Amino acid sequence: MRARYEFVKTEAALVWRLFRADAEHQTKRIALTVLAIAWGTLSIVMLLSFGEGLKRAFHKSKRGLGESIAILWPGATTKAFAGLPSGRSISFRDEDAGLLKERIPEIGALSREYAKRIGVTYGKKTVNARVRGVDPSFGEIRHVFAQSGGRFVDEIDLNEKRRVVVLGDELATDLFGSSQPLGRSVQINQSSFLVIGVMQPKTMMGMYSGPDKNQASIPATTFKAMFTDAKVQNLVYRPVSPVAADQAKAEVYRILGAKYRFDPDDTRAISIWDTREDQRIVDNIGIGIQMFLGVIGALTLFVGGMGVANIMYAVVKERTREIGVKMALGAKMRQVMTPFVLEALLMTVIGGFLGTTVSLGLMAGIAAMPLKGEAFDFLGRPTFSPGVASATAAALGTIGMLAGYFPARRAASVNPAESLRYE
Amino acid sequence: MIRMRQIRKVYSTGKVEVEALRGVDLEIGSNEYVAIVGPSGSGKSTLMNIVGCLDTPTSGEYVLSGERVGGLDRNRLAEIRNRRIGFVFQNFNLLPYATALENVELPLLFAGAAAKERRERASAMLDKVGLGDRLEHKPTELSGGQMQRVAIARALVNTPAILLADEPTGNLDSAAGKAIVSLFAELHASGQTIVLITHDAGIAKLASRVVQVRDGQIVEDRRAA
Repeated sequence: MRARYEFVKTEAALVWRLFRADAEHQTKRIALTVLAIAWGTLSIVMLLSFGEGLKRAFHKSKRGLGESIAILWPGATTKAFAGLPSGRSISFRDEDAGLLKERIPEIGALSREYAKRIGVTYGKKTVNARVRGVDPSFGEIRHVFAQSGGRFVDEIDLNEKRRVVVLGDELATDLFGSSQPLGRSVQINQSSFLVIGVMQPKTMMGMYSGPDKNQASIPATTFKAMFTDAKVQNLVYRPVSPVAADQAKAEVYRILGAKYRFDPDDTRAISIWDTREDQRIVDNIGIGIQMFLGVIGALTLFVGGMGVANIMYAVVKERTREIGVKMALGAKMRQVMTPFVLEALLMTVIGGFLGTTVSLGLMAGIAAMPLKGEAFDFLGRPTFSPGVASATAAALGTIGMLAGYFPARRAASVNPAESLRYE
Repeated sequence: MIRMRQIRKVYSTGKVEVEALRGVDLEIGSNEYVAIVGPSGSGKSTLMNIVGCLDTPTSGEYVLSGERVGGLDRNRLAEIRNRRIGFVFQNFNLLPYATALENVELPLLFAGAAAKERRERASAMLDKVGLGDRLEHKPTELSGGQMQRVAIARALVNTPAILLADEPTGNLDSAAGKAIVSLFAELHASGQTIVLITHDAGIAKLASRVVQVRDGQIVEDRRAA
């Protein structure tokens, strides 16, 4: 063990000197090889970083709708049940929300959603928007968060049927331009509503009834008071945990099935959009894209590795005599191989370092560019994460080892008696 | 020290088989100074390769310092070369990018000696061959005679049983060659076993025993009176 350590330590010093001596003779060849590795590293780092950025952007936007939430719409029965015919329409009643919340412990938060498309007016400007009456938990379920200074609808608003409104960010800009909407009033259905919040901008990957940025949220009770014949358009809930989601869904069918008298297996009587499935798909797409990019990068790096292997084969040939001398002096196979592996690793490490440095510079450059717009929100920014770093290091290490190992094995298989005669 | 019985070596290059050694019996004792002579193609190089464990015989038995060499694997043979044999070549075979000291350290490095010990032993050995003031010189900064001295120091640094020299004066001018030859005589006088391969009758004469090889066989084995 100690002997091996001594050997590697001294050999590393000799390899470095040898590498420098070679570098003087074959500046171009070594430079090109190192460049190939640098290029491969650049490719793999950039592609993986783009993948990482994309994954993060995906992750962020998939939460735009809410995390692991489910949305319920009333439908029509497709099975006859308890003497009732199929094709019966189901509609939700105001108290259903309370019933489900109370009876299903797997539901963590639940909100009604009444809605109407109606004009929202500020001054002389009117924008036709979807105005929805919701419970206070809606904001947190659907990730509608107020920008600083504002807030979402709360329990007091709900109990006192206050005329307050939270505007989507784009709706707010459409109405107010660059001036501050908080504390001002907008007209909805000829009533004055106080703007208590403007939604934080967010990217949404999935949505129903349009993006949140164009909608206005008011307390459910206020909505109901204003439009007395309004029916609950849909319910949204978030299970206590993603694992409880299936149980929660089954319970919803069982309880509402009993109440509205439909078969709990009749999934068309109430349709439930379980967003977990979409999120899983989005996750898998993200992973797939990153793997795809990683493979492309790895292949590019592999080409660089072949360059290193190639040069090492040439070096082994050139040093046939030297290998013979070392063998005559008693070098074991491992001791013959080590310098070649070290030299290949050295080239790989230098190339890898160059490539990584350049790609970090490029990424800093991209980060400094003022890229705006929806496309970039979805694409994200290339991100150099520890995962990317270790994947790159692993790929480089493997390539370097392989590129050194095979030529080195060739070197060690040299017949010493013959190689001493080699000119 | 060396005992060879019916050593045969056959090289097969495709269809043609060349018998380089055809049943060689050879014994070399401790502290002998043996010159192996013969024209080129006689098989003396093959014999040297086998004595030096650089190559293995096709058949026959070779015992070196009480150890049967036949059938050992590459790493074990490397160990034997490292501990028991010191090679000196016609063209020196120094590593061009390493200093004299580093070249002499090599066998100790392969043996796994620590840095301090290597340095001490290697510089002591260079001192002994008269190059104590050239430790940090690269081979290109040395004369032919000096390079061969570095090679001899390298061969001896691990105190081998046998110093095996293949035409050690072949690339040297006569003055430098003479100096090397007298260095060999000194080494022999201090107890070193030496096997010298040469085609130079003048150099062979200085050995205490001359073994003549021709057509893969020993044709004459003469001891100096």
